[in-house]
Amino acid sequence: MARLILDGVEKSFHGAPVVKGLNLTIEPGEFVALLGPSGCGKSTILRMLAGFEKVSGGQIIHGDDCLSSSTRHVPTEERNFGMVFQSYALWPHMTVKENVGYPLKVQKTPVAERNKRIKDALEIVQLEEYADRLPAQLSGGQRQRVALARSLVTEPDVVLFDEPLANLDRHLRATMEETFRAFHKRTGATMVYVTHDQSEAMSLADKIAVLNKGQLVQWGTPQELYARPRNTWLANFIGRGSVLSVAVVAPSQYVSGTNLHELIRQHSSDKASSSVLVRPQDIHFVSADDSALAVSVHSCIFRGERYDIELTLKDGQRLLAYSDVPMTLESQHQVRLGQAWSLESES
Amino acid sequence: MDSQLRWLSIGLFLLIAALSVLPSLRLLVEALSHTTFSTSSPMAEVLKSERTWTALRNSFYTSGLGTLIAVILGCGFGFVVTLTNIRGRAIWVFCFMLPMMIPPQVTALSWLQLFGPASPILNTLGFAPALGSPQPMYSAEGIALLLGIQSAPLVFLALRTQLISLPQDLLEAAQLSRASQFRIWVDIILPLCRSAIIAGAALAFVSSLGNFGIPAMLGIPAGYIVLPTLIYQQMAGFGNDMLSQVAGLSMIIALLVLAGMLLQQWLQQRSCYSLLGHTAQSLSFRLKQWRLPLEILLALVLCFILVAPLFALIVSSLVPALGMPLNADTITFTAFYEMIGRQGVTSRAFENSAFLAFFSALVLMLLSLPLGYLLMRLPMRTRAVIASLIEVPYAIPGIVLAIAFILLFAKPLPFIEVSLYGTLGIIFLAYLSCFLSVCLKPVLSAMSQLDPALEEAAQLAGARPIQRLIDIILPLTAPAFFAGGLLVFLISINELTVSALLWSAGNETLGVLIFNLDESGDSVLASAIAVLVVFLVAGLMSLLSLFTPRLPKGVIPWHG
Repeated sequence: MARLILDGVEKSFHGAPVVKGLNLTIEPGEFVALLGPSGCGKSTILRMLAGFEKVSGGQIIHGDDCLSSSTRHVPTEERNFGMVFQSYALWPHMTVKENVGYPLKVQKTPVAERNKRIKDALEIVQLEEYADRLPAQLSGGQRQRVALARSLVTEPDVVLFDEPLANLDRHLRATMEETFRAFHKRTGATMVYVTHDQSEAMSLADKIAVLNKGQLVQWGTPQELYARPRNTWLANFIGRGSVLSVAVVAPSQYVSGTNLHELIRQHSSDKASSSVLVRPQDIHFVSADDSALAVSVHSCIFRGERYDIELTLKDGQRLLAYSDVPMTLESQHQVRLGQAWSLESES
Repeated sequence: MDSQLRWLSIGLFLLIAALSVLPSLRLLVEALSHTTFSTSSPMAEVLKSERTWTALRNSFYTSGLGTLIAVILGCGFGFVVTLTNIRGRAIWVFCFMLPMMIPPQVTALSWLQLFGPASPILNTLGFAPALGSPQPMYSAEGIALLLGIQSAPLVFLALRTQLISLPQDLLEAAQLSRASQFRIWVDIILPLCRSAIIAGAALAFVSSLGNFGIPAMLGIPAGYIVLPTLIYQQMAGFGNDMLSQVAGLSMIIALLVLAGMLLQQWLQQRSCYSLLGHTAQSLSFRLKQWRLPLEILLALVLCFILVAPLFALIVSSLVPALGMPLNADTITFTAFYEMIGRQGVTSRAFENSAFLAFFSALVLMLLSLPLGYLLMRLPMRTRAVIASLIEVPYAIPGIVLAIAFILLFAKPLPFIEVSLYGTLGIIFLAYLSCFLSVCLKPVLSAMSQLDPALEEAAQLAGARPIQRLIDIILPLTAPAFFAGGLLVFLISINELTVSALLWSAGNETLGVLIFNLDESGDSVLASAIAVLVVFLVAGLMSLLSLFTPRLPKGVIPWHG
């Protein structure tokens, strides 16, 4: 078990930068998610970790070894990494058992031990009785579990996941997330998980690196990202809520109660402004009150456990709130905002 | 790069250089080496000679007329078989593709048996022309007709591939605009297929230009000489500058053919529409009451171009001597007995051809695994350049390649002082050079369809390149390898053009044997061998068809 460090990692294809100066320190046994919209460079980072791509600059260090730098490249075969692919990448001509056992066969593990470890790995993913099937005879979820078993059979230091749930339906995803969580707990391996789905990242990872256009936007626990996003882009990307333009305020602080209402009232479009993030659960409907904000209902959508209410402020800005009861369109109300988080402007 | 990969790359690079680049280079050097501006240089002799220009004119006439016939036949069959609800589509395609796979000397022989005063069929039916009247096939038009039939499948294939990719939506959109079937055909389908037809025609012209078997069997007896047969005849006469002159002639054909290929590629790229829409269902017209008449017409055409000549061939192999009718009294299997039992040269030719074909197929299969693997790892542009280098020996006419190999191996090999000239070895090497691209194509197309993650997963498992190749890539692309190998076997067992110049006593091939037997007047025995060859071809084609479900689309030509 060793720490995995990305130190100023750069990658460009034909001169076009894809990953720019990335610094991350991943502690042993951590479950890390790389989250971002498609094209943000997260898969490229994973492929550099796996050794499929060389780095254009910076270095990747694992424990005391430098895996990749501009002068050095340890080939994939010599990194003890496991990986679960989006397409599963199961070899169609091998049975489940042969697929899982292939890494051991390559390492020339004795047959008795090989069989025992295949059995153990299949037991973790609960596929013991499928050992002699071919991949074509399995369902999507079962294939993904075989891929998982194959990635852990050599007890790798790091397991990489490349959007492993993207091809599964919603119901299966929940089950597979549970499998991944149990797998992480049991093996204690360092895991790097690439996804564009924020809820997947939030529910699985210990820490999340959010990427946009090849750059790290923020690196922190899911709770930190949700409560204290750094800039407006991230605030819009993670969780639900409204980003409001308000009068100038220092970034990265909570603004609450009357201060917040003042900031909103003082804002006008021709003056310099800042942005704050308001989460819907912080908006409370109140009876008429001097300090409250006047709003009108713009839309009301039934979501099952509650209603999503979109409100319009006096200056025309929109605000998302929750309500237990439906509200009439265009009706006038008063709200009080509990707190808001002030943001850096984007880039 | 991994050290295993580096050694593999260097080895294969040398191999491509030796097989693909060296022959063409040697030819170029020979043709240009004696070029001076004096009027007595070999190249000038070639250009001054009246025979060169006559042969060139004849080549253009036969190939041009042949291309016209090929376009008419190929388009007719292509449109009817692909666009309509005709019955038994697979059988039509198979039968129409057969002439391409039957070796040209066999095609020529079978047509010779069909017509003429000695035709066993006409004699059997009782209306053979009087003895001494001319054989109609010994003429420019006869050559053109057979060239057309032989290359019609090329036009057919190009058109069919394009038609299959036309989406049904285009037709439906036109129908919603209230266009009649005829208007749809003229306004939508024809413009979209024009480039495919032109490309097919260019290919047919180029392949006719390089064809040796047909003008050799039909033209030489009539004294009608085209470029490939001119080279063949010049090789027989010995002179001071004979090799240089022949090299000069070869360069002329090679340049014509390469220019034709480039023209075809350019035309195809220029008028290529990108087709949007669903291709799940391809176009189809309902024929209604016209279906049966059209099927009968197709059957008649096929009878004329395929069944009748082959039937004539079979009849010829069963009569005691040419000119006799076939009936219960005259039928005899002597030719077959003689072929198998007595004639030493026949069994030797069978052995030689089988040996050459088997080992060419085997070696090329073994080569195309690592070669295809390395090519897939190269950047797109480099890959395209190397792929076209490999294509060159297959694209230039066999007669030109043979000359190149003679030039390369006329002297004993340096250092080891072994001469390959006059052995099977030189034919073998020429086959490797010629058919590498035939074997490589299906392999490359199978590899490009493979999910790269499958190999990456093996890489993560710790497998080195050679182990990945054997454990993962080979099993997954195996059907394509066998298809490539079988195609090479099928083409090389019947090959005539290359071996016509490279054979020597004791090293005859099947193609040379049929050619020589016919030249010396032993058409009955030649027919018997040709009959076996046709059955062999049809058998191998059917065997390949069995692989089709497991192969990438387009690997087997007759499944288009």
